[in-house]
Amino acid sequence: MTNSVITAAAKATPPTVARRIRGLSDRAIAWIFVAPTIFLLLAINIFPLIWTVQLSFTDYRANRLNREVEWVGLRNYERILTDDGIWMNMQATAHFLVWTIVFQVLIGFALAYLINKKFKGSALWTTIIVLPMMLSPAVVGNFWTFLYQPQIGLINYMVEFFTGIPASSFSMLGSVTLAPWAIVIVDTWMWTPFVMLICLAGLRSIPDYIYEAAEIDRASKWRQFWTITVPMVLPFLMLAVLFRGIENFKMFDLVVQLTGGGPGSITELASINLKREAFEKWRTGYSSAYAVILFVTIFGLASIYVKALNKVKAR
Amino acid sequence: MSAHSITEPSATTKWISGGLVVAYAVITLIPLLWIVATGFKTPADAISYPPKVVFDPTLEGYVNLFTTRTRVTPEQLEALPPPANFAEEIVRSYDMVIAGPSRFGERFLNSVIIGFGSTFLSVFLGTLAAYAFSRFKIPLKDDLLFFILSTRMMPPIAVAIPIFLMYRQLGLSDTHLGMILLYTAVNISLAVWLLKGFIDEIPREYEEAALIDGYTRFQAFVKVVLPQAATGIASTAIFCLIFAWNEYAFAVLLTSGTAQTAPPFIPTIIGVGGQDWPAVAAGATLFLLPVLIFTILLRKHLLRGITFGAVRK
Repeated sequence: MTNSVITAAAKATPPTVARRIRGLSDRAIAWIFVAPTIFLLLAINIFPLIWTVQLSFTDYRANRLNREVEWVGLRNYERILTDDGIWMNMQATAHFLVWTIVFQVLIGFALAYLINKKFKGSALWTTIIVLPMMLSPAVVGNFWTFLYQPQIGLINYMVEFFTGIPASSFSMLGSVTLAPWAIVIVDTWMWTPFVMLICLAGLRSIPDYIYEAAEIDRASKWRQFWTITVPMVLPFLMLAVLFRGIENFKMFDLVVQLTGGGPGSITELASINLKREAFEKWRTGYSSAYAVILFVTIFGLASIYVKALNKVKAR
Repeated sequence: MSAHSITEPSATTKWISGGLVVAYAVITLIPLLWIVATGFKTPADAISYPPKVVFDPTLEGYVNLFTTRTRVTPEQLEALPPPANFAEEIVRSYDMVIAGPSRFGERFLNSVIIGFGSTFLSVFLGTLAAYAFSRFKIPLKDDLLFFILSTRMMPPIAVAIPIFLMYRQLGLSDTHLGMILLYTAVNISLAVWLLKGFIDEIPREYEEAALIDGYTRFQAFVKVVLPQAATGIASTAIFCLIFAWNEYAFAVLLTSGTAQTAPPFIPTIIGVGGQDWPAVAAGATLFLLPVLIFTILLRKHLLRGITFGAVRK
């Protein structure tokens, strides 16, 4: 996927001049140094993943050890792909994914653009803005349920204060129309700084001389923004979207604490539903198939996206 | 760039930019400050409407967080010796006595053990691997590096079931070691990629000089490369620690008692009739504190750390 980038980085490193003088050979050291990492990843990532795939073809249930396990072929997959409930979860996930990315990109880029003006005290305010992304999503989600309480919460009070809509007349987390937006708000609050930091890195990578040349050509500020700033930051922005997309596709902790998937199942994201199937209903085989489908979806979407990203980079 | 460069924004632009950024920062801060403030409220103040901005601070939330309490009859209360400290005093005013410590301390300690344990391990293994990837010819290097990175795309739930089964077999479920290994596996991709970036920047000539001076490769690594990479190692460690500190999904799926960390525990702090919000807020505040301190100490490396990942991926 990103091999082109990696290859370029690898080629840039010059060959070793000094050969082994004494002690272990370089080859031995390389192996000793890399082996534990590879071993750990094989044991705790790859082996379980293969096991998941294998389980997905069975009707195994992890809470019943003495049960005869039957090989069911593709039946689990068939059941998932024809289940309307799961399509609802996918829709909830898509809604969450699209709107969080829209808000985070717009606000994050705007903030980075403003911070890049290097006003006095910008470092301090940047640090403050970054704080939410350093916190535990579960703890944050739990606390926002308090802020969202209809009778006593800060958010409803502020809405009443500024708009006059009575605080007790609506419940952010209890309403089918508002709850999906309530989780979008918290995720945006938490993760906009991440997009902002990456955009800031992009902005700082643009050399000043490009703007100076544009100035000499009498390009307007507006034109400079669209022909220099935006295209130069775009690859960074797209990376930020990739990371946020992957993270939010597998989003679990924040939303579990905020709404637990409710009201009804309106905010039940795919990963929340998967957790229910796997660790509450203990349908291990079925949920393994579900996990495989989700993983393939993330991987597939990410691969297509990275191809597009590489095209943008190459331009 | 000189101060009068044409790319330098005008004073008005700076004012407007600064104003907008400060406004956003203030909005960001309000929920955080509200958490901290709620930790010092009484349960009644915490749920009063309109929300109280000015209130009499109390440590009741913290006392409730760290203790379990039992209600006693007024006669029993009379018979007790006078309260030995402020905690007892607060509890007595509710006709209760302290029965013992709560599980928060234990959970917090678990977070410390697992967080620091896995951070140490991922940085240790990550540094070795990053050095090897940076300096040596390794067959299929690019594929290996990409493989390491791709493990981070795995949704925790996709591997949670087999890890659960595997850990049950190996006796690792709900143990500190099991969680340390798991978080190390999750963090190691980040550690290798970040550290490779930092080590690539250290000139090879330093080691080559050391090798010519008669050091072995390993000595050169320990005595020359490691000190040079110290800041990179430190900032990588902090990123790993923040992740391990805040992780919830694996913690809630794979631990139930002995190795449970604070994130799954804090939301379960219950008082009379629902969540005890001052105690929850107190727990959240204490739990946020280390991360806040790290973020402030780290702020210079923050941008660098994140963009190393971004630019190289």
